[in-house]
Amino acid sequence: MEALLSNVDWPEIGIASWDTLVMVGMSLLFSVLAGLPIGVLLFLTGKRQLLEQPVAYAVLSFVVNVLRSVPFIILLIVMIPFTVMLIGTSLGVAGAIPPLVAGGAPFFARLVETSLREVDRGIIEATQAMGASVRQIIFGALLPEALPGIIAGITVTAITLVSYAAMSGVIGGGGLGDLAIRFGYQRFQTDVMVITVALLVIFVQMLQMIGDRLVLHFSRK
Amino acid sequence: MIVFDQVQKSYQVDGRAIPALHPTDMTIETGEVFGIVGHSGAGKSTLVRLINLLEPPTGGNILIDDENITRYNATELRAFRRKVGMIFQHFNLLSSKTVSDNIAFPMKLAGIYSKAEIRDRVQELLARVSLTDHATKYPSQLSGGQKQRVGIARALACRPTILLCDEATSALDPQTTQSVLRLLAEINKELGLTIVLITHEMDVVRRVCDRVAVMDGGRVVEMGAVSDVFLHPKHPTTRDFVFESESIDSQERQEDLQKASGRILRLTFKGESTYQPLLGSVARASGVDFSILSGRIDHIKDTPYGQLTLSLVGGDLAVAMNALEAADVHVEVLR
Repeated sequence: MEALLSNVDWPEIGIASWDTLVMVGMSLLFSVLAGLPIGVLLFLTGKRQLLEQPVAYAVLSFVVNVLRSVPFIILLIVMIPFTVMLIGTSLGVAGAIPPLVAGGAPFFARLVETSLREVDRGIIEATQAMGASVRQIIFGALLPEALPGIIAGITVTAITLVSYAAMSGVIGGGGLGDLAIRFGYQRFQTDVMVITVALLVIFVQMLQMIGDRLVLHFSRK
Repeated sequence: MIVFDQVQKSYQVDGRAIPALHPTDMTIETGEVFGIVGHSGAGKSTLVRLINLLEPPTGGNILIDDENITRYNATELRAFRRKVGMIFQHFNLLSSKTVSDNIAFPMKLAGIYSKAEIRDRVQELLARVSLTDHATKYPSQLSGGQKQRVGIARALACRPTILLCDEATSALDPQTTQSVLRLLAEINKELGLTIVLITHEMDVVRRVCDRVAVMDGGRVVEMGAVSDVFLHPKHPTTRDFVFESESIDSQERQEDLQKASGRILRLTFKGESTYQPLLGSVARASGVDFSILSGRIDHIKDTPYGQLTLSLVGGDLAVAMNALEAADVHVEVLR
């Protein structure tokens, strides 16, 4: 066993795991904070919706599509000057977060838009008929009704961010991905590669399990 | 009182205006149950949604208690809508909220009720719709009839003066339909609430409505007291609806009439005359023999009525018809 995993520096693995956790956690938080309002706006300005605004929808949709169509590895590089401007460095855990949010937020926004579309139009109509304002319709009816879908969306986004966070190792992002690239790939330490991949798999499994539980908990249908 | 003054609605489809409601004049009295019947696509959904401006009209004025609601700004409109309850074919309850929270929802949105007021009102409404035991359940745990009763309680929460019913019984089985209609009639009587009800079933109109408007192709083609419209339909669409509700195949009916001999009369009894033993004595006095071709004895809201189609042979027909008319029976000669 010892010989098999001779290259594995466990404290280093521990730090890297924590870094990944922080990167995913922070970028998920900001992705949700930014993506949720964008998703709600996409939904509301869409065709035959409460605040139908073809121009606003087209612009918003275009920006989201652009961010989503750039391969993440390219987005990482393109974002470097912007990240340096924003937080002073493009390296390490902190440096990875802006590109992660730039990749995660539009992704999550689309998922929010989709889950809001799943809400029965009749419920919106009924809420309108009660004299609700648009704000009340959003917070009182739309978001609570779409909550299970939104939680499922957060889960999918979190898992996507795990893989994005691993990719950020390429530009010196830190975390398990950085470890896998520096040791597993560049120094041919297969054991390090195996351990990091195993940890990532466990991480993703846990996220999915927690997400599924929460969705079930909030589903009333 | 709800007054439609040349109200019209059209939708823009591919740059063309498609009329959903042609200019319509209509008055709905305070406290009455007003039915709007029509096939799907006849414009009745549009008509009912004009009353709370879920659909803004493209022309004309809507006056409710002498206020022109089409001139309301957004704030006035929201306050007005709280005074108009609405129930739906598919209930439209919030699946994420319990029965109690669904009923409390419009009161919370209004933002003018205290927590205690909301709690008491919810309890009162739960009792009224007999759902006290289901207060903490979610809509998915209820039957269709129970869901509609939650819908009714929710619609009543802010003490509206008008209740709009959009095909409220169309998704329910006949028995549940009965009990929901009974509840609506009860609410109408006890609270003096004006009810506007749209349906494609004439039977629903017959059971609860005072007056009815029949719609076809975006127009009101016939309007009047339910007993008049129901017993003496004039417009072909109305006739179809009445026949449909009596499960009469109009073609079969024609064939039946052709086979019968002698004069064919349709007699309509209303109110007390329904129970009078009239036919036998008229037959004896006039020497006319009769056979019954079709008939129905039922109620229009609370009034009993009977409608019989007879073929008469021999005797003195004029004497018979005079005797019937003298007894307050409406006589129509069909052949």
